[in-house]
Amino acid sequence: MSTNAATTRLPIAAALKDATLAALVAFGLFALMVGLYTDQGPTGALVVSTRLEQLTIVVGLVFAGAFARALIFGREPVGFGRLQPAWLTGRAANVFRIVSPLFGSALLAFALLWPVVFYDNRYLLDLGILVLTYVMLGWGLNIVVGLAGLLDLGYVAFYAVGAYSYALLAQNFGLSFWICLPLAGILAAFWGVLLGFPVLRLRGDYLAIVTLAFGEIIRLVLLNWQDLTGGPNGISSIPRPSFFGLPFNDDEGGFAHTFGIEFSPIHRIVFLFYLILALALITNWVTLRMRRLPVGRAWEAMREDEIACRSLGINTTNTKLTAFAMGAMFGGFAGAFFATRQGFISPESFVFGESALILAIVVLGGMGSQLGVAVAALVMLGGFEVFREFEQYRMLVFGGAMVAIMIWRPRGLVGTREPSLYLKPEGK
Amino acid sequence: MTPAEPILTVERLTMRFGGLVAVDALSFEAQRGAITALIGPNGAGKTTVFNCITGFYKPSAGMMRLVHSDGSVFLLERLLDFRIAQLAHVARTFQNIRLFSGMTVLENLVVAQHNVLMAASGFTFAGLFGLKSYTAAERASIDKARYWLDRTHLTARADDLAGSLAYGEQRRLEIARAMCTNPALLCLDEPAAGLNGRESAELNELLRFIRKEHGTSILLIEHDMGVVMEISDHIVVLDYGIKIADGTPEAIRNDPKVIAAYLGVEDEEVEKVEAEVGI
Repeated sequence: MSTNAATTRLPIAAALKDATLAALVAFGLFALMVGLYTDQGPTGALVVSTRLEQLTIVVGLVFAGAFARALIFGREPVGFGRLQPAWLTGRAANVFRIVSPLFGSALLAFALLWPVVFYDNRYLLDLGILVLTYVMLGWGLNIVVGLAGLLDLGYVAFYAVGAYSYALLAQNFGLSFWICLPLAGILAAFWGVLLGFPVLRLRGDYLAIVTLAFGEIIRLVLLNWQDLTGGPNGISSIPRPSFFGLPFNDDEGGFAHTFGIEFSPIHRIVFLFYLILALALITNWVTLRMRRLPVGRAWEAMREDEIACRSLGINTTNTKLTAFAMGAMFGGFAGAFFATRQGFISPESFVFGESALILAIVVLGGMGSQLGVAVAALVMLGGFEVFREFEQYRMLVFGGAMVAIMIWRPRGLVGTREPSLYLKPEGK
Repeated sequence: MTPAEPILTVERLTMRFGGLVAVDALSFEAQRGAITALIGPNGAGKTTVFNCITGFYKPSAGMMRLVHSDGSVFLLERLLDFRIAQLAHVARTFQNIRLFSGMTVLENLVVAQHNVLMAASGFTFAGLFGLKSYTAAERASIDKARYWLDRTHLTARADDLAGSLAYGEQRRLEIARAMCTNPALLCLDEPAAGLNGRESAELNELLRFIRKEHGTSILLIEHDMGVVMEISDHIVVLDYGIKIADGTPEAIRNDPKVIAAYLGVEDEEVEKVEAEVGI
């Protein structure tokens, strides 16, 4: 399929025609969006003015772009597979197999050293915690979407269940973080199974709609059950985590005093950083481990062909429910962490946008790929921060990046799948 | 072989889809350790019978009794599809190949041993911490996969994606995958479809091997008469959901009703044959 660029190149006349067509479409799109704007007139009423100059620039850019594209690539759709020389596609997988563990280790070392290097920078530490939270959420959702192939648009519901479980248990019963954490995970897993039951028969789009509704239901319940959740006011002054019983404060018996170091509020942040790193790594370890176990292989087999699974005696009901439960459990852990870090939670933190963001991380990273999800979370949240000043254009860049990745890497940043086991050649 | 003893007894199996009667009161037996072929023109209801036996359809009426060699009896119409595979040990292949194409050949064969491995992994908990009993079970499952890879000449492709195999190889892999579930009865839906002459001959060899070395009874749907006549011990012929003949390949080959169903009859004979068949 290695198409020679020279043969597909269009003659100038055809290229001009293509470019004119593209420019016309662009004109149709931008004539109202860019070409016209409303302004306050001298009498205070709204008047419509034109911005012909900008419109001309935009349409001109589209024309030039389409012309260049037609000359260089012809009418071939621009895609990674087509532009890549054939010799590379064959070897890319092998190269990747060698590079990815190294890159993964480098990323881990980078994460471990982050608080050491940026010890004084509260902003970067907070950003690191945020990224790691989403890495963990991405890895949790990866079990459901990437491995089991169940499109879940309401993942944030389990994040919310975890967060509220921790907040309510810690506030009402005074339980410590280390007791609440597993409880929050178990409760979220329970809700995962509860969601799993009614959607067992659903696939693809239908499943997506029901999970989307589930996410909204959880949010609306949190919003309206004033007595328990405080409604829109949320829950505040959630207990902070302690260093295995030693609180992070300036008192006698606090963390700093016990270890004989000077008190600094940054200790708690660093602790939180390593805590979420550990939680994320546990998620990663369990997922990687499970991929090599029968249940993990059944997840992937179910993603490939559910009917074939059943013909081999695999109980797809249980397999689906375990996927939902595992994914939900890690979402619950992340939720408990979120609650203890923020000290305040409200339903506003668990809107659909969060689900969409986590799903985007999984899809862009490469479904089923642990490394891809981590990189995608880093790029996406890091990107959000970098573009913070251009807040207005954030979604534009985000959308553009998504389109670009879907064109050039349709299977996500890391699209290759590592087999769960090999036939050892020395066995024969 | 041992004296004739049915492994599968189908009695008055009926499957209706709304007003359409796809299978009408079909009764037949498949002998233990034998290859039974189910043949018939297109749309005769063969695959529907398969789907009923393997639980993918719930039959409208009728009984299907499967008896293991240890005497345990399973009424297939009462079991869910995956239970039929898990408990009654009925494995199947599909007319349109259904492999896990994004997974490797070896993984396909290991997934087929799910229930054995699941028990060995202590339903995941023991396996999570890499207990010895599980690693041993996994090694055994790979050995078994390797055995079937050797038998189906796929060893060299073991670590390739199943979807990247050639058509004939995919057909063989599907049979190997079904055999990895240790079936008592293997149901093959058109295993020779799309195979060339050499590949069909290899298929015959493989099926004979399975019957001889593993004592697996085979139920087979096939259009390739070369395969059917050569390897079947017993043939059941369906037409429009009704059994029109049932016997040895020799008897079927000369049965006028079968010839009529497949080739049609001359105009002057239509009434005579219709009367014979009972239409």
